[in-house]
Amino acid sequence: MKYQTNLIFDLPETGDNANRILRKCDVIKPNFAEFYGEDLLRQEDLDIPNLSEIQVLRHYTNMSSKNFGVENGPYPLGSCTMKYNPKVNENMANLPGFRNTHPLQPVETVQGNLTLLYNLEQQLNDILGMDYFTFQPSAGAHGELTGIMMIKAYHEANGDFARKVMLIPDSAHGTNPASAAMAEFEIREIKSNTDGLIDVADLKQKIDDKVAGIMLTNPNTLGLFEKDVQEITGLVHAAGGLCYYDGANANAILMQTRPGDMGFDVVHLNVHKTFGTPHGGGGPGAGPVGIKKILEPFLPKPVIKKTDNSNRAKFILDYDRPQSIGKVRAFTGSFSVCVKTYAYILAYGRQGLAEVSEAAVANARYLLERVRNSYHVPYNEPAMHEFVITAAWQKEKYGVITTDIAKRLIDYGYHPPTVYFPLIVPEAMMVEPTDTETLEGLEGLADAFNAIAEEAVENPELLKNAPHDKPITRPDETKAARNPILKA
Amino acid sequence: MSGYIPISREKRTELLESVGLKLENLFDIIPDEIKIKNMNFSGLNAQGLSEQEIIAQLTNLAERNQRVDQYDSYLGAGFYDHYTPAVIDHLIGRQEFLTSYTPYQAEMSQGTLQAIFEWQSYICRLTGLDVSNSSIYDGASAAAEALLLACRQTKKSKVWVSEGLNPEYLATIKTYFHAAGLAVEVGALNEQGTAAGTYPSGDDYAGFLIQSPNFFGIVEDMRALVKKAEQNQALSVVSCDLISLAMFRSPGEVGVDIACGEAQPLGIPLNFGGPAVGFLAAKQKLMRKMPGRIAGQTTDTEGKIAYVLTLQAREQHIRREKATSNICTSQALLATAATIYLALNGSSGLKEVAEQSAAKAIYLQGKLIQTGLFELVYNKPFFREFALKLKYGGSLDLLNKKLLEHRVIGGLALSDDIWLLAVTEKKSKKAMDDFVTLVSNLIRNENVLGG
Repeated sequence: MKYQTNLIFDLPETGDNANRILRKCDVIKPNFAEFYGEDLLRQEDLDIPNLSEIQVLRHYTNMSSKNFGVENGPYPLGSCTMKYNPKVNENMANLPGFRNTHPLQPVETVQGNLTLLYNLEQQLNDILGMDYFTFQPSAGAHGELTGIMMIKAYHEANGDFARKVMLIPDSAHGTNPASAAMAEFEIREIKSNTDGLIDVADLKQKIDDKVAGIMLTNPNTLGLFEKDVQEITGLVHAAGGLCYYDGANANAILMQTRPGDMGFDVVHLNVHKTFGTPHGGGGPGAGPVGIKKILEPFLPKPVIKKTDNSNRAKFILDYDRPQSIGKVRAFTGSFSVCVKTYAYILAYGRQGLAEVSEAAVANARYLLERVRNSYHVPYNEPAMHEFVITAAWQKEKYGVITTDIAKRLIDYGYHPPTVYFPLIVPEAMMVEPTDTETLEGLEGLADAFNAIAEEAVENPELLKNAPHDKPITRPDETKAARNPILKA
Repeated sequence: MSGYIPISREKRTELLESVGLKLENLFDIIPDEIKIKNMNFSGLNAQGLSEQEIIAQLTNLAERNQRVDQYDSYLGAGFYDHYTPAVIDHLIGRQEFLTSYTPYQAEMSQGTLQAIFEWQSYICRLTGLDVSNSSIYDGASAAAEALLLACRQTKKSKVWVSEGLNPEYLATIKTYFHAAGLAVEVGALNEQGTAAGTYPSGDDYAGFLIQSPNFFGIVEDMRALVKKAEQNQALSVVSCDLISLAMFRSPGEVGVDIACGEAQPLGIPLNFGGPAVGFLAAKQKLMRKMPGRIAGQTTDTEGKIAYVLTLQAREQHIRREKATSNICTSQALLATAATIYLALNGSSGLKEVAEQSAAKAIYLQGKLIQTGLFELVYNKPFFREFALKLKYGGSLDLLNKKLLEHRVIGGLALSDDIWLLAVTEKKSKKAMDDFVTLVSNLIRNENVLGG
């Protein structure tokens, strides 16, 4: 197949299309030069091509065909939980009653929206073991920042200004230290032990009265459950710190255990991971943040409240929050993503959500056992919803690295796993098949991983030149960074 | 088998047993004290719902709202009801765009990468600036990130923001800056409702930010901002509206360092305020300090044009706490929607959207003034949105409540007597005429203001 490579700006123009989409203006356009004065008006022509509808459709349809989505095949991108995104949820988010509501409408006119958000908050409180949720954060990292800001506000409210240290494991997502740094925290890194878990002895040494809190993912980024989690949160609490749960891996624990019960005070969720809302090529997702009661005064504004006034506005938006951290974005959050989240949770209910985590963990365990003899497995603790294997054997013996294996998987029709993360494992491949992987998908992935391990022995060049039948071969990333071309 | 899980429990048990594992032992690693033992949580339904039941429940909730396509709405203040061409939903509904993730593997993500590259190109063409990132959460967080960028570049810790900025954005900047230990100074507008002549002096400012059109719809002259920022060795930052840039001077044209804002007006549905899509563009000199993902053009091993995520040494997954921002993802799907909007409209279509919006706002403002019931808050040219003051006092809340009974969602009451009204190209002359008649009637004949 020949792929189109032109840019939208390369297409031949088809002329003025001002009234192809819009009806003709039914008021008289004033003399704008007179109304605004020449000084304000654009002097240069706007260099944006005028195209026909079919040109635009073909251009973006062809472009889309160069992508790989969850409906193309297995997408075992570790830590990203690329599960199926239910179609009906898209329809629900696009219901005109949701879609055509303005964020500043009087509350009595958006009771459906507020009811949904209120119900979703109750659902998430139950699932995570928290007391309140805010829907303002627009993504996981945004949720982290919001949660960290609340931790900072809590210490400041206590006059505890010396708590400047955030404890973060060396296996953490990069967003954890980056989020903490944006709130002026100094990062103190906690080592992982040889089992891939937090080294509790190291933690004890690094805790002091400067500690504001700890940020933890559980299961951690190696896919391993931090079984000492209660001791860890207990130690941090005893030192006066708060505990932050990075919910990126929450798919592993749904209805099995809850961060609130593990001792966490703040949680963020990536609903685009755990609750099957689409990733959209990077977004929009949503990163709602759950908290325990002690942090309630610091929630971003406004907060959705249920009132006794059942005649008109049963739900209101409360802006009267003197200790609030303020706002982390405009309005109440990524509402339509919340609609999809709500529909997802309804589809499963509490029994079904327990099966989600069961299927996610079972699929990962099964796949790991199927490939165990082909790749180095750095840790022996039982994997949860994802596992880490490496190309250490292949690299040492045949000069084949993780990148080569990942690219060869593309030839087999699969999206590669997350590679070179976590940073503490050389040549890491983090594999997360998710709860919605099919039987043929799991078997196919296992067969491909094993076949590639054999190819590494017999024909390493095949891997080093992969992928072979995609719109492009491997791109020159060094050139891209040295001589940046960032626009046309 | 629940919901969307494709493998049955029986099959799962069998698969696990085939590799020596047992289903009932999967979660043995979780300590007993924290295992969920009783699942009777009241916020959750016990059993999953069918697709038909989900549709029934959600449709019921959606129908409890009053909506702007059934009511006549005059709300704006940061989110605008522009027309969404039919093509957009079809294209961004394609699962290849919808369900993929951040394009880590360029060979199977050329679609997303090229879409981001085109978005960056359109943003640069509209703003007149050199470099755009792949998008940010929304206009408010983009403004905060723009000012943080100014602080990084100048190594100074204080910024100045004009009160003409959307208050939601100002609140967001204050939240970000408080957390970061940086200072925000807010400057009041002059009596004409612009930032002209209100800029402070002093070399300790990292950046000066104004919004244009500002919160009251007034088009600001950015040249004064650029001059003042240069004098004070600060960066000039403008939060701007992309549709308005079809008519007005672009930030780049007058020498502004950073442009940011909300791209929702480019055909993104209101969705009760989210998801949104912020943009951030800057001069070349700021390229390596930009936050967020950036796509770049390169070649593959055979010399073919290829797109990749680039300049990643700025980012959290490499630099961790030393990254330019904690942002991990972009709003790629919405950026793609906005890109398609621009492709469909072209310069001629975009100009028409801008001119119709402006013309209709000017028409409505004139009509409301003619009633003799309102006076200007500021006497300066505006775009799409304007503020009016009740001439004889009274409560706009009461007026807005009464309008609702007539299926009209009035403007935003900024105070008891100041009304912020927005219209777009979607508004018909007839709707505006009816609205003016209704307002006039309610105030004159029904005395709803209570004043």
